[in-house]
Amino acid sequence: MTTRIVELRRGILKKNDELAADLRASYTAAGVLVLNLVSSPGTGKTAFLERTLTELRKRGAKVAALVGDLETDNDARRLAASGAPVRQINTHGICHLDAEMIGRHIDGWEGVALAGLDYLFIENVGNLVCPSSYDLGEKIRVALLSVTEGEDKPLKYPTLFNSADAAVITKIDISEPCGFDRELALRNINEIRPGIRIFETSAKTGAGMEEWLAYLAEARVALAL
Amino acid sequence: MHELSLVTSIVETVTETMTAYPGARVKEVRLRVGALASVIPESLEFCYGIASEGTPLEGSKLVVNVLPVVVHCEPCGLDSELAGVQSFRCPQCGELCAEIRQGRELEIEDIEIDEAEVTA
Repeated sequence: MTTRIVELRRGILKKNDELAADLRASYTAAGVLVLNLVSSPGTGKTAFLERTLTELRKRGAKVAALVGDLETDNDARRLAASGAPVRQINTHGICHLDAEMIGRHIDGWEGVALAGLDYLFIENVGNLVCPSSYDLGEKIRVALLSVTEGEDKPLKYPTLFNSADAAVITKIDISEPCGFDRELALRNINEIRPGIRIFETSAKTGAGMEEWLAYLAEARVALAL
Repeated sequence: MHELSLVTSIVETVTETMTAYPGARVKEVRLRVGALASVIPESLEFCYGIASEGTPLEGSKLVVNVLPVVVHCEPCGLDSELAGVQSFRCPQCGELCAEIRQGRELEIEDIEIDEAEVTA
């Protein structure tokens, strides 16, 4: 017997990373800005996205959304009320979306072509752990946190917040009854992801949405450069 | 967590590699896992025993080397290891560091195999 060391140096998620790279190239070629929304269940991703889609459509933007959920299509139906094309991805127990699921649902999407879109939003499965490992080829990963969740969420889930490009605080209309410590939350987010853009929003009142929409518009302009 | 699917991917990759070494036996599979990879080593090891059954990896050992986060500090110009993942401040000067130089790795580094002697 002889012992030998075989060097592999291979990413465990290489397959996903390769598919994500292909997706990224196709998004770029189509000129569409793709965002991946990640948060716990109940943070208000769907309400935030509903408002975002509605406001963007009012401004004449062409938008669409892919929405991940374990079993139901409730979120897709809610989002479709905005008038934007929405496609449900049921993961049937899988705790995150991966690049293969995204590719498959873009390919077979009747009436929707990437090249005809300005923005594509991907609403991930509600989970603060697993989605951080799976690249979907997105340009911007958005981590959401609601005022009901506790200001230390970013410290508890540093991997997710550290991999985000923007952070959104939701439900600020009820921050007072929740005893939400705004300064502490902002500090915690910044401690985990220094310099990240943070938006303080309410899908209900529309607070903070203008700033968020301006950020999206800037990101789209940057994409074309 | 998705440790089982990670382990399944490891088993597939190593099994594929082993086709180039007929008759050889896998002794050890070594991983490099960053502290920010959100992977629990014990959970990987537990799944490994199950996922490697009936494959060329059966009976081998999984070694998970956890890599600390290394940040780059702009003002200091230094790369430093962080003791944890609760704060991304330079240990030298206390400045917040946005640039991560290490800590997101999730890869198979190498494998140790026993090759049968070739008899002419």
